[in-house]
This record gives sequence, C-alpha cells and structure tokens, in this order.
Amino acid sequence: MSTAVAVVLLLAVVAYAIFGGADFGAGFWDLTAGGPERGQHPRDVIERSIGPVWEANHVWLIFIFVILWTSFPEAYASITLTLFVPLTIAALGIVLRGASFAFRKAVVTLRHRRTFGAAFAASSVLVPYCMGAIAGGIASGRVPAGGQAGDPVRSWINPTSILGGVLAVAAVAYLAAVYLVWDARRLDEGAMVEYFRRRAVIAAAVVGALGIIGTFVLRADAPYLFDGLASRALPLIILSVVCGVAALVLLVRKASRGARLLAVVAVASTILGWGVAQWPYILPETLTFSAAASPTGTLGTVLIVVVLAALIVVPGFVLLFVLDQKGLLPEEGVDEEPVVDRPTIQ
Amino acid sequence: MTATLSALMAVFQVNPVPWARAQMAFTLAFHIILVPLGVSWAFMTLIANYRGLRHNDRDALTLAQRWSKYMAVTFAVGAVTGTVLTFEFGLLWPRFMGRWGEAFGIPFAFEGLFFFTEAIFIAIYLFGWRRLKPWAHFWTGVPIVLAGIFGSISVVAANAWMNAPAGFTLDSAGNVITVDPIQVIFNDSMPWQAAHMLVAAYLVGGFLVASVYATGMLRGRRDRYHYIGFVIAFTVGAVATPIQIGIGDGLARWVYSNQPVKFAAIELVPTTSNDVPETLLGHLNDDGTVSGGIPIPGLASWLSDPSTGRATVVQGLDSVPPDQRPTVRQTNIVHLCWDIMVGLGTLLFLLSVWYAVSWIFRRRMPASKLFLWLAAASGVLAVITMEAGWVVTEVGRQPWIVYNYMKVEDAATANTGVWITFFAVVILYALVGTTTILVLRGMSRRFRMAEGFTDHDTPYGPSELTEASVKSEETVG
Repeated sequence: MSTAVAVVLLLAVVAYAIFGGADFGAGFWDLTAGGPERGQHPRDVIERSIGPVWEANHVWLIFIFVILWTSFPEAYASITLTLFVPLTIAALGIVLRGASFAFRKAVVTLRHRRTFGAAFAASSVLVPYCMGAIAGGIASGRVPAGGQAGDPVRSWINPTSILGGVLAVAAVAYLAAVYLVWDARRLDEGAMVEYFRRRAVIAAAVVGALGIIGTFVLRADAPYLFDGLASRALPLIILSVVCGVAALVLLVRKASRGARLLAVVAVASTILGWGVAQWPYILPETLTFSAAASPTGTLGTVLIVVVLAALIVVPGFVLLFVLDQKGLLPEEGVDEEPVVDRPTIQ
Repeated sequence: MTATLSALMAVFQVNPVPWARAQMAFTLAFHIILVPLGVSWAFMTLIANYRGLRHNDRDALTLAQRWSKYMAVTFAVGAVTGTVLTFEFGLLWPRFMGRWGEAFGIPFAFEGLFFFTEAIFIAIYLFGWRRLKPWAHFWTGVPIVLAGIFGSISVVAANAWMNAPAGFTLDSAGNVITVDPIQVIFNDSMPWQAAHMLVAAYLVGGFLVASVYATGMLRGRRDRYHYIGFVIAFTVGAVATPIQIGIGDGLARWVYSNQPVKFAAIELVPTTSNDVPETLLGHLNDDGTVSGGIPIPGLASWLSDPSTGRATVVQGLDSVPPDQRPTVRQTNIVHLCWDIMVGLGTLLFLLSVWYAVSWIFRRRMPASKLFLWLAAASGVLAVITMEAGWVVTEVGRQPWIVYNYMKVEDAATANTGVWITFFAVVILYALVGTTTILVLRGMSRRFRMAEGFTDHDTPYGPSELTEASVKSEETVG
C-alpha cells in the first residue's frame, strides 16, 4: 500500500511542476520582459494566460505536504528540520507572489502595478529555485532518516541542489514559454507568438545543456541517483530526451500545438525518472518508502481521498474547461474582447 | 560561502520554542480572519443571487456580482496564508508531525479535497456570470458553500483531535502503530468545536460584511443597494449569534468534563471546590490566589452542571502538577480572553435582539443612528470575539500540543533561526493585510464609479473607468 501512496505522491509532484510550474515560469518571463513600455505587451499576454484562479494550483503543493505528513511522517520531519531555510524562503516567496499577483490585477495605476509586478516576478523565480534545491538535497541523500536534522546549510547549498534549482527555474520557464506561444496564438497576437516561440527555443536549449552538465554533476555528487537514472529510470529519461528534442524541432518549425504536449511529457517524465531512480528510498540510502510508511489505516484513508478527489474534482475541471471554451451568453452582454482567461492551469 | 553562513547562523542561537509559538499564533490569527469570509460569504452571495433572480431584483444581482469578486480576493489571500500554514506544521513543529502526522494529518487530507473543490467552483461561479444561464449559474455557487462548510469542519477536526486525541494505538516506545481514521476525525471534541467554529464563521462573516454597509449608510449612502447588502449580511450574523451562544454553552460543559484544567483556567479556579464563583475580570497571582474582578457567587458551579447547582465541584488548577497546567500568565490570558469572548458575544447578541425586535414589530431594520454605529463596529467586535475564543482553546490547552500525550516544547523545531522567520512573516503579513484592505477599498470605489458590472481586463475588479466602458454600461444597464 505504501507503494501506491508513493506513486500518488510522485504524481502530485508532477502535477505541481506542470500546472504550478507554468505559473512560476510565466513570472520568469514577466521579470525578463524589460521596462514598462517594452515589456507591456508580453506582460499582458502573461497576465491573461495565468488566469484569475491561479490559487487553485497551490492545492498540488498542499496535497504533497499532506501526503508526506500523513503517510511518511518520519521523512517529513527530517525534511523540514534539515531544509528549514529553503522551505521558509519558498513559503515566504509564495505569499509574496500570490498576493502581489492578485493585487496587480486589482490595482489600476502603473506605479502600483510595477511594484506588485516586480514582487510577483522576483518571487516567481525564487520559489522554483528553492523547490529544485530541496529536491536536490533529498535526491543526493543529504537528509538523514529518523526525524533528524541534517546539515542546515550544505543540505541545500551543494552541487546537486544548485543543479536542481537552476534546472527547475529553466524547466518552468520553458514550459511557460511553450504555453504562452499557444496563448498568444489564441489571442491572435502574431508578434507575441514569435516572441515567446523564440524564448521557448532558447529555454529548451538551456534545459538540454543543463541536462548534459547535470549528468556529470550527479555522477560525482549523487551516485545512487545517477545509478538509478542510468538503469531503472533510463526508459523515462530516454522518453524525456526524445520528447524534448521533438518539441524543439516543432518549435523551430513553428508547430506549437504538438510542442505543448511534448514539452509536458518531457518535463513529467524527468520528474518521474527522479522518483524511479531513487526508488525504493524516500530519503536515498537511509529511509525507504515502506519503512517510513504510516499504519495501513492512514494510508487507506489517503487513497480513499485520492479517489474522491478524482471523482469530485475532475467533473469540476471539465466544467471549467467547457465554460472557458464557450462564448458569452448574448442576453448578458458581450465583451468587446475575446474570452482569453484560461481558467486554471497550463 | 557555506562557512560564512554557518558562522552567521551560530550568532543567532535563540531558543526556538517561544518564537515558533508566536509565529504559529500570528499566522493562524491572521488566517482565521479570512476563514469566515471564505466560508460564509458565498452563502450570502447566493442569497443575493437568489433574490436577484427570483424577484428580478437588479440591486441584489449587482450585489451578488460584486460580492463574488471581493470573495475571490479574500479567497486568494486565504489560500496563500493557508498554504503557509502547511509549511509551518513541518517547519515549526517537525517532531509533532513526525510522531503524530499519521493520525493528526488525516483530517487535512479531506480539507485539501474540499479546498480544491471550493477553488474550482469559485472559478466557475466567477466565470459563469456571463457564460451560464442564470439559474444554472446560481447552482454552481452551491458547491462553494458546501465545500466551505466541510473544509472548515475538517480543519477543526484536526484541532479537536489535539484536545481529545483518539483513534490510535501506541507501542511501548510511544510510536503510533495503528490508526483508526474514523475515530481520529470524529473524536470527542470534534462535534462541539466544529459546530462552534462553523457558526462563528457565519456570525463573523455576517457582521463583518454588514459593518461595511453600515459604515456606508452612516456616510449617507442610503440607497437600496446598501440597504440590501446590510440586511442580508446582518441577518446572517444575527441568526447565528443565539445559536452560537447555545453551542458555546455546550462546548464549555464539554471542556468542564473532559479538559478540567483548561476549564479551571477559564473560570480562574486555583483549588478544587464547590460553590465556585464566576469571576468577571480579575487575575491569578503567583501564590495561587485570585484578586480583583467581580465574583458572582456560585455561578461557575451552577453553569457547569445546573442539575447539581452550586454544589457542583469544579476541579482546580492545583489538581495537576505545575508542569501539566498553564502557567499563571497563560491562565490570566485564558481567563481574560474568555471574558472578552463572552462579553462581546453578549453585546452582539443584544444588538441582534434589537434588530429582531425592530423587524417583528416595525417590519424594518432599526432606524436609529446608534444602531448603525454599533452595527458598523460589529464586524471588528465579532473578529475580536472569535480571536479571543480561539486563544482560550489554544492557550488553555498548554503545556500540551496533544492533550496528555505530547508537550509543546517537545514538538518544536530545533532550528534556532525561527525568531528571524517570525519577523519576516510579521512584516510580510502586515504588508499583505494592509494591501488586501486597500485593494478591496479600491475595488469598492471603482465599483461605485462604474455603477455596474464590468469585468473586461481586471478579473478581480472593474477596470479603470474609460469612456468606452461608460458607454457600454449605459447601453447594457
């Protein structure tokens, strides 16, 4: 049963990276869009694409935490004790980001928008970096078992963590750029399609380069993970590379629709590969998933909640998606602008 | 770099327990203000929506549309501060979560589910104004109300479990070996606490929203729109108040039977005895005597169990060793907050009675300026009442984090840098709080100027007034 919960946990991480990650990545492009005049156009596209209900994406993170503390409490205690600093920065970054984004939408004057916009964009980069660094600290076996604190500094300032952090920022920026190409097309903004397409290609190249550098870093710094990636997880890594390259080709050839799916698969299979590579450990080489697992009563409840979530949440999502695609009802007045807010994710 | 950081960290070696406690208290105190809005505002919005559709009431419909947008802002801030709380469980209380997570954590799995549902349906409801048929749109609001109710029940179930831990067995080393999720969720304290918080959410949400419209009326905005906004919200608060007093009475008796030490702190009872007075205000001294305040003879005994009246024995603080009961300072905090909660609760009750009497005999809300002044204050008063009640239950449980199983000091993190994060959190939240209020006020001002429902490019509020939008409002409205 602990295996089933571990799979759910991994899927939640994937979902957070793909849905939440794109929001963070959009913040990266917001940050790098330049001054208020030059950057206004791309920022408009970004703002529309994230949509007003971005906060729904926090639910993935909450799910990850809830699954960790109910199902693998010992590992959760070790992680939070050891990685106190990056987790705190991430938490504060999420507050700053969420609040400033909501407020930027609600205020109107340029000065206010700039202040909130800067806070939003800076924290959008900080949070994925911290998340990646946390993943790196766990994957390289720097978090000890037994609810103990590891090294408070080297657990997140180390080669694997730096790789994880930079890779996370690059990957979310890549995902976001690919999505934004699609959004710009829906908005019928030709210049912006080209703008984000170019950035998507660059980001893809950066992620690829990081992947190659990463191989050497992991071989030296996280041997267990490296061995896993080179054996158990190899099919997933190959899948990721194939999809990544295919997405790049499609982007260069301006076929953004297929690129979107391929980019998602590339990122998702990398994360799944991480999970498979460090299997059966939740904290590599010190604590396995099955040893860390809670009593069956708890694990069973968590799985029931997951099933309920699928039953309740999926129809809700479908409804939201249908509404998004649907035009406005004529009798309630029609906006001058096309409907572009994508409701939740992507 | 790492050596510098290590050296830097060594300088800031401060006992983390009081700071962890302060940070948790602060973030929860902040979050709990947003909770009532998240739980009850959707209900009030649906009342306005229903009225708008049923009676073809244009003002009520406008109200529902605007409320749904304010709601989205407060929900967003609540979602963010709630996410921080999930970080803090681990960052501040890792040993608590490490040992009890498998039991304590279960209600949160359900809470996550309801939170997700609420988020999705708020989005659908916001989107649906212009995309769904009116009644279908109304029904998409109902899941928000239900998810809010069950979500808050789930969270309170976890807190109730800390007061009445159940549903687990321990091995000889004290580790949890089996968990019964049903008993964890439906622990002894859960029905009372969940009901108390749920009704509090409606009470506080009602008075908080009503106070905004009362303020508007006092400033001369006596139009029908403000009137409907006030009446819907204040009625919700006024109906909730007497119910809340009844539940509170039941909960107090539950505490009397199951957490006698907390009850002793509430009633300021140093030694076990019968014929215990109900002391209004006053404080406990270090030597265990009570001074100051107005004692009402025998009332605490009588309230604890009316069937035995003044002969009812109330257990005193000294019935347990000093390290198993709240300190003198904590006791005084609990007692003071209890008095504040009961006092302000009574005031709100009287205000509700005034409102009800006016409706029954005059078929309208009280016209007096004094009533409006009090109603304008009722939101803040209700928030203070709720915060005080929450302090009673949390500080009254000290020194335990899991009643009779684990102490707070054994649960806290060993990280000595918590005092830094405490200040960072306070500064950030102060910023977020101020901005939230400014943004809501800004929205309200623009709504007033726009005099209608526009949602072109600011999904959380109307766009800046432009000639084009004015024109389109005129043609639509």
